[in-house]
Amino acid sequence: MIKFEHVGKRYLKKVALKDINLELKPGKIVGLIGENGSGKSTTLKLIAGLIQPTSGVVTVNGRRVTRRISEHVAYLSELDEFYGFFTVGEMIAFFASQYPDFNREKAEEIRRFMKLAPDSKIKNLSKGNRGRLKIVLTLAREVPVVLMDEPLSGLDPMVRDAIVKGLISFIDLERQIVLITTHEIKEVETILDEVLLIKGGEIIGHKNVEELRDRENLGLVEWMTKVYAGDCPPTV
Amino acid sequence: MTDFDSATPIYLQLAERIQRQIVRGDLKPGEKLPSVRDMGVQSGVNPNTVQRTYRELEAMGIVETRRGQGTFVSENPEVLQTLRESLKRAEISRFVEGMKAMGFSDAEIIAGLKDHLTEAEGRYEDD
Repeated sequence: MIKFEHVGKRYLKKVALKDINLELKPGKIVGLIGENGSGKSTTLKLIAGLIQPTSGVVTVNGRRVTRRISEHVAYLSELDEFYGFFTVGEMIAFFASQYPDFNREKAEEIRRFMKLAPDSKIKNLSKGNRGRLKIVLTLAREVPVVLMDEPLSGLDPMVRDAIVKGLISFIDLERQIVLITTHEIKEVETILDEVLLIKGGEIIGHKNVEELRDRENLGLVEWMTKVYAGDCPPTV
Repeated sequence: MTDFDSATPIYLQLAERIQRQIVRGDLKPGEKLPSVRDMGVQSGVNPNTVQRTYRELEAMGIVETRRGQGTFVSENPEVLQTLRESLKRAEISRFVEGMKAMGFSDAEIIAGLKDHLTEAEGRYEDD
C-alpha cells in the first residue's frame, strides 16, 4: 500500500505539491493525470525515493520511503537511461544482476511479446523499441509497486497499443499496484481502475473509473475537463 | 483494439458484446470463454473489469464458472432463448426511440421498416 500523509514538496521557492493525503491499495492500476507541471512526476519520484518530501511522510507497505525503497518499487523513467553499447539481452542481464526480484524468464516472455531481438544494440533501437524495452525491464520485476512515468509519450499508435496490451498481460494484479502518469487518457482509460486528477500540486479528484461512468455517465476526458473547469465538485 | 463509449461502464459494454457473440452463435452453448487475462488483452480492458463482466454474466445465468476450469457459456436453452429475446427488445427499443425522437409516427415506422426489408431482401442472408 502507498500512503501519503500531509506531503508537501518545494523545489527552492517553487511549490510542486501541497499537503497531499492519499492511500492506494494493491490490485489496481491507477492513472495519474493532469496538466504539464501539475506535480505528476514529482508524486512518482517521491514514491520511488528519488526525492524527499519537504514536509509530511510517504510510506510504501508501512516503510518510510528512502532511496532504498527501490527494492520494493520499480520505476520507469520518462527519460531513457540506457547504455547504448549494450544489446537488449545484455541490458536484461544487467537489470537481473541489479535487482534480486528480477524474473529472467518473465523478461524473456515480455521481450518476445514486444518483438525485440535480444542481439539488437540499444543505440540502434528506434524510440518505439526503447519504449518497449523499458516496459520489459519494468514489468519483469516482481515488486509490489510499479511506477510508470509517461510510458506512452511520443510513441506511435502501434507501440502504444503493444505497451497497453503488455501491461494487461504481465502486471500481477493479485499483488501489484501500478501507477501510471499519462496525457494519453483515451488509450489507458479502459485499463485503469482508479484515477487521480492533479492540478497545481493538489489532488483535486480521486475516482473509480467505472463508478464515474456508472454514476455520472462520464468518461475520463469529460470528467477531467469538467473538474478542471470547476463545474463539478471534486471528490477525494 | 475496440472502442468503448464513454458514458456506460466498460464491464457492461463488454458483457453486452459477449451476449451478442452468444446470440450470433460465435460463442456456442457450452463453449469456454477466454481466460480473464486473455479476454483483457483481446479487448484492451483491465483484467479486474473482465472479472466483473464474467461475474455479471454469471449472475444472469448466461455463463457458469467451473472451479479450476474456467468460464463457460450456459447450455440451458431457456437461458439462451431469453437472452435472444432481450437483445431483440433492446435493439428495437433503441431504434424506435431514435425514430420517435425524429418525429416519425408508429405507422411510418412500421411501413418504413417493411419497405426496407422488402428492398433489402437477400441482402441480410444468414451466414
